[in-house]
Amino acid sequence: MKGNDKRYWLDDPGNVTGLYRGLWILGILLLLCDLFLHKHEDFDFAGWPFFYGFYGFLACVALVITAKGLRRLLMRGENYYDR
Amino acid sequence: MTGDFPVALILIAGGLLVPVLGLRMRAVLTLLLPVAAFVCVLAVPEGTHAQVEFLGAQLSLMRVDRLSLLFSYVFLLATFLAAIYALHEDDSMQQAATLLYAGSALGAVFAGDLLTLFIFLEIAAVSSAVLVWARRTKESFRAGMRYLAVQLAAGMLVLAGIAVRAAEGYGLAFDHIGLNGPGAWLILLGLGIKCAFPLLHNWLQDAYPEATATGTVVLSAFTTKLGIYALARGFAGTELLIYVGTAMAAFPIFYAVIENDLRRVLAYSMNNQLGFMVVGVGIGSELALNGAVAHAFADILFKGLLFMSMGAVLLRAGTVKGSELGGLYKSMPWTTGFCIVGAASISAFTLFSGLITKSMIMSAAAGEGYIMVWQVLLFASAGVFHHAGIKIPYFAFFSHDSGIRCKEAPPSMLIAMGGAAALCIGIGCAPGLFYQLLPYAVTYAPYSPTHILDQLQLLVFSALAFAVLMRTGIYPPELKSVNLDTDWTYRRLLPAIWGAMERGYRYAADAMWSMLQPPLRGIIRSIRTAHQPGGLMAKTWTTGGTALWMMVLLLAYLITYLA
Repeated sequence: MKGNDKRYWLDDPGNVTGLYRGLWILGILLLLCDLFLHKHEDFDFAGWPFFYGFYGFLACVALVITAKGLRRLLMRGENYYDR
Repeated sequence: MTGDFPVALILIAGGLLVPVLGLRMRAVLTLLLPVAAFVCVLAVPEGTHAQVEFLGAQLSLMRVDRLSLLFSYVFLLATFLAAIYALHEDDSMQQAATLLYAGSALGAVFAGDLLTLFIFLEIAAVSSAVLVWARRTKESFRAGMRYLAVQLAAGMLVLAGIAVRAAEGYGLAFDHIGLNGPGAWLILLGLGIKCAFPLLHNWLQDAYPEATATGTVVLSAFTTKLGIYALARGFAGTELLIYVGTAMAAFPIFYAVIENDLRRVLAYSMNNQLGFMVVGVGIGSELALNGAVAHAFADILFKGLLFMSMGAVLLRAGTVKGSELGGLYKSMPWTTGFCIVGAASISAFTLFSGLITKSMIMSAAAGEGYIMVWQVLLFASAGVFHHAGIKIPYFAFFSHDSGIRCKEAPPSMLIAMGGAAALCIGIGCAPGLFYQLLPYAVTYAPYSPTHILDQLQLLVFSALAFAVLMRTGIYPPELKSVNLDTDWTYRRLLPAIWGAMERGYRYAADAMWSMLQPPLRGIIRSIRTAHQPGGLMAKTWTTGGTALWMMVLLLAYLITYLA
């Protein structure tokens, strides 16, 4: 089919690393916005600077590590139910 | 139009007609009927119409109000998009089942009494099982049977609840029910199965991924959202639902992270989104209820879009297993783009539909002071971006190049995905317009600077967590596997218990037999000796002997008489 040997922009690991760094820069910029925007939150703790950034990051790390642990308990072979 | 004509019949009659029509006519019918039904719905005035007597009960087939109208719009929209999506294939069984299923869902939404609701729920259960079977594999047949058993059990619970309530003197009215007696509990349990409450949820992940590309798209629209609709009507403000919904929003995401079948990942993610809606219904304020039904509306579109994109991958690449896929953006750029729109919508990115609907529920939870619930929902929001927003597009279309080179999805699929994507963005960009459709007047403003910044921070740092875990190799790889869930109880545990009982019975029967055998043998032998030829009881007696015995008998009688 088309483009079997075509090089795509994302095929270059350097570009992927560039995207990754760009994402960090975006994240840090968003954190800095917290210092300048006067926020109206429903709960006091949600008004702490960087709350949402940290919550999102930690929530996802906790989610993935817990889920990875659950694999030991729950994972079976693909044909488990086929007997 | 007076409204005395039940709109559901348009689709149901069409569904019954489909099998006898030719290919071209069938396609036209599947496209035209939802449009015709939509025109009818627009023309019907609000109020309760189409009241009929049935077995002495007063049924109303058309209760038209803002709540039923909202669900009817989105159900018809989903039916129309699914019809476009399926235009490239020719399967009259699937087309008929789709129209029957969509029609009965519409009938259930407009049902003004519980009996009508039950009848349409049952038609929906059977016709949707046919959609699972339409894949025509051994696995889909078995999954469809399990699905049907669960759905019919849910229907029986609802029916039992209706009967108990009628006996309690509440009548058949389908209005606010609340938890006021055993009948109400039975109905809630039945509806809970339809909504995939925790521990009652696994029929969804079991059956949906076994259907065809189109079948899963259609299935994802109706049954669970009917459950949400019925809860919103009957159980708004039931506090228990807040905690049930919170659990629903949180636990499936752990499964979604480790699941390999990407359509099953979406099924888990569906569970998580339904959790948000159930929380909204449980809070029960106008803002929360608006949020719950708005999120149901948005979810039908973005979840449908995500299932459509995975259906296109299934059609072209032949699999939706994360472990087999990767790099498909090179072959299917349009599908990739539409999938990302669906992913952004479910993740509640700014200017996408999920943001303006889910945040109403979050805001209502915060406004009522449910701190823990709110925190768990925020965790679930980060998690949904992680498993549905990133994992789905990443493992299907990016990740390591699997070497699969296939054709782009057919035009019918692309048009349907394009339509759904446009609606997701449209709702996100014009919340004011969309909010006008909701049951209660909306004062909520989703795009405050605080909310935009908070949400972006949450999502960007969730993405960063994914990137960091991926680059450090901590992220669990996609593996060919199945994960045990509650379906294990009826696919393994119950059969195992049954098997053990069977073996136990056989063992006990054998033991008892071997114990009883010697004395039984003895009895049989003595009976046989008495009755066999020449035996005591089989002998012919002489006349003299018999006369003698008669005399003895008469003598004995005489003696007892005189004594």
